Amino acid sequence: MTAKQLTKDPYNIIITGVGGQGNVMASRVLASMLVNNGYVVTIGETFGASQRGGSVMSHLRVSTRGSWSPQIPKGKADVVVALEPSEAIRVLCDYGNPRVKILSNTRPIHPVGVIAGELDYPSMEETIKSAEDLAAEVWFIDATDQAVKLGNPILGNIIMLGALSALGDLPVSIQDFKNVIQNSMSKDKHDINLTAFGLGEKLIQQ
Amino acid sequence: MSHLIDTNLTVDHLLMGNDAIARGALEAGVKVVAGYPGTPSSEIIEGLANVANDMNMYVEWSVNEKVAMEVAAAASFAKLRSMCTMKQNGVNVASDFLLHLSASGVRGGMVIVPCDDPGALSSINEGESRYFARLVEIPLLEPGDFQEAKDMTKWAFELSEELRQVVMLRSVTRLSHASGTVRYDPLPQSEVNAEFVYQGFLLDQMEGIVITAPVGFRHTQQQEKIKKAREIFENSPFNTYTGPEKPDLLIITSSACTLYSREAIDVLKLEDRVGLLKLGTTWPLPPNLLKKHLAMADNILIVEEVLPFLEENVKVLAAEMAHEIGVKTFYGKNDASLPMVGELNPDLVINAIAKIMGIDYQAKSENYAAKAQATVISGAPQRDLTFCPGCPHRASFWSIHNALELDGRKGFVCGDIGCYTMAILPTGFQSLKTCHSMGSGSGLASGFGKLGQFGFDQPILAVCGDSTFFHSAIPALVNARHHNSNFTMVLLDNSGTAMTGFQPHPGLEINALGQEVPGLDIAEICRAMGARVEIRDPFELEETRKILNDLIEDTQEGLKVLILSQKCALSPERKAAKKYEMSIDESLCIGENCGCNRVCTRIFRCPGLTWDKTKGVTRLDEVLCIGCGVCADICPAKAITRKEAA
Ligand code: SF4
Repeated sequence: MTAKQLTKDPYNIIITGVGGQGNVMASRVLASMLVNNGYVVTIGETFGASQRGGSVMSHLRVSTRGSWSPQIPKGKADVVVALEPSEAIRVLCDYGNPRVKILSNTRPIHPVGVIAGELDYPSMEETIKSAEDLAAEVWFIDATDQAVKLGNPILGNIIMLGALSALGDLPVSIQDFKNVIQNSMSKDKHDINLTAFGLGEKLIQQ
Repeated sequence: MSHLIDTNLTVDHLLMGNDAIARGALEAGVKVVAGYPGTPSSEIIEGLANVANDMNMYVEWSVNEKVAMEVAAAASFAKLRSMCTMKQNGVNVASDFLLHLSASGVRGGMVIVPCDDPGALSSINEGESRYFARLVEIPLLEPGDFQEAKDMTKWAFELSEELRQVVMLRSVTRLSHASGTVRYDPLPQSEVNAEFVYQGFLLDQMEGIVITAPVGFRHTQQQEKIKKAREIFENSPFNTYTGPEKPDLLIITSSACTLYSREAIDVLKLEDRVGLLKLGTTWPLPPNLLKKHLAMADNILIVEEVLPFLEENVKVLAAEMAHEIGVKTFYGKNDASLPMVGELNPDLVINAIAKIMGIDYQAKSENYAAKAQATVISGAPQRDLTFCPGCPHRASFWSIHNALELDGRKGFVCGDIGCYTMAILPTGFQSLKTCHSMGSGSGLASGFGKLGQFGFDQPILAVCGDSTFFHSAIPALVNARHHNSNFTMVLLDNSGTAMTGFQPHPGLEINALGQEVPGLDIAEICRAMGARVEIRDPFELEETRKILNDLIEDTQEGLKVLILSQKCALSPERKAAKKYEMSIDESLCIGENCGCNRVCTRIFRCPGLTWDKTKGVTRLDEVLCIGCGVCADICPAKAITRKEAA
């Protein structure tokens, strides 16, 4: 399949969150959709110790030109998908630029320093303001809360992916998502995942 | 069906680097694979174990890297293709056997795959396996992307058979744990018969005995192989050049740095001025290929991670050829164009090129950078590493810490590599005071335990995990027992190699292939050594603390062992079911006014508990708490309570 021209090549996506949030799964599903549509995708990931309460980041490079570095060059993210709000802000320090778009979940996960009362966690208003200061476009959606309503907080990832597809920069649709999960997920999970993806799309389109 | 044995050859497969290596081995018809778990290498064996039945292979997690290499070598001696995998420090463990193996040579193709971790992203060292290839005189291959990771692995087996020598294929974290697209080649159908032939002529490598003597003869033969490898590498398709005929700057690179260099040239738009010589065969270097490219440019930048291995090897060739190619200016590690510590990334390479070529480059405007920096400080509180909610290590180190405080004689803990290394941090109450290689906590404790005659009277503890016990702590304990060294060995037994993802070890009754096997009992082994052995559940805090003080004060000479046995919080069994429903009575929690000064969130710090600053009480995070029940025992006000889960 010949892939459509991208708005930028390579197009750089960062999916960020906290260990255990399903970062790796989200980046693989998204990358598979793009590979099926004919793009060369490189994913860089942090594993290992970062599973224990640390920040976790996946870098996706989408291109028609070949493989790129699994680490995005500084200041060159095109979109940041944050499964945890303060992680959206953290990523911008190294990879942000005035043209970046941010799509963030609203549910915080407190670092151990906050648990211990040594550090303060910013309010949602502060986080949104910081994001608006540093990015061109900003979306905050309550993906985890919506996912809990669907019966499983981990579906928050899929809601975020649905929302990302609705932003329109990436050539991926719910049909592409369907094709990917057909091969990678057991049948009984298909419907609920498609619902979650569709819900994410709607949260943006509204 | 596993994607590793997918038969579709006409589509791009999205593969992690480790999967690409595994697929390459399958395409080569590998029959025996052995390794010891270690990030970033573990997925290779995991993936192959999954398809071992389909492909008629034998795959094992060995007790340590040296034995893994021996297991794989035996298969090669019996004319099978074999592979062995490990993280960088594993090569040190296996190196004694590797030195001898490289002298005897191999029969069936044999490939060793160390995965290095520049930047120590999940290690406590930046060890280099490349130098071992040069040290023991074997060929070194380094894939530069995902397709090459597969293709070069497959080729490595052919090369090994052509040379009758073990071949090292080295990966790094940013390849092993990154993913990209790969096209498959067919899987072979052939079946082979294993036989170890030794009746032939003594000096015949293929039919005689497999030994390293006579040393002069074998060593000469070994160096002939390296010469032959050098010739083969001259025409290898894995060494490529892209760029102009007369570049202003020639970059020589390999491995993941290929991707960083390509990116840097693209970002700086220097395709017409900078050439890129990407080497897949990095030891021995093919001299004619190097000569041809070095002759093209006066300025050479060598891009590699950590130590200047490639740089040194290229410089030796350049010195030998100087009368033909002229004098060059070299940039790399020695002139500090690139750092000698930590991993590289596109920006470090961009900055190095920009500086050499006098180009102005800024990743982002100073304005934006300053604003972003300021925002992060207030908007993104730092995330320190911590033991998981309900982790048995938190409970174990809580008791160890309290026992040593109570004892009051400046006791300390010697540790090693595992999740419990985090006990150097507040999450483990900063209990670990030494931390080195696998099993070395036990060896150090054995040494500290003999310092009594010099007035040493501090209590000594050593910790190690169950997998580490088998890997390398046993010889240290044997040493300690034999020499009557005084210390207490605390075995943090969480029933698996938890840190790297629950690979089985000799203490369990299951192997990598999921088969039932005999499990070895750690307590019985220690008792057989003649040590005093105690077993406790670390979740019983008071019991554990008491026995620790008892062991520390035991005046009987020699080794004492305490096994703290509790499953890892991430183990499937514990994730499946909460033991307790927890609740906090906010009216009983007196927070900062409590005599304990909120010990639960200030010191114990399980992420399942959160300090609510505005209300001044501790709250439970229902999503994160896994119901181990331990925190109920540390609250003096009895505000935290547990109820058996239904
Ligand atoms: S019961 Fe207490 S110590 Fe155990 S996981 Fe829950 S909050 Fe943490």
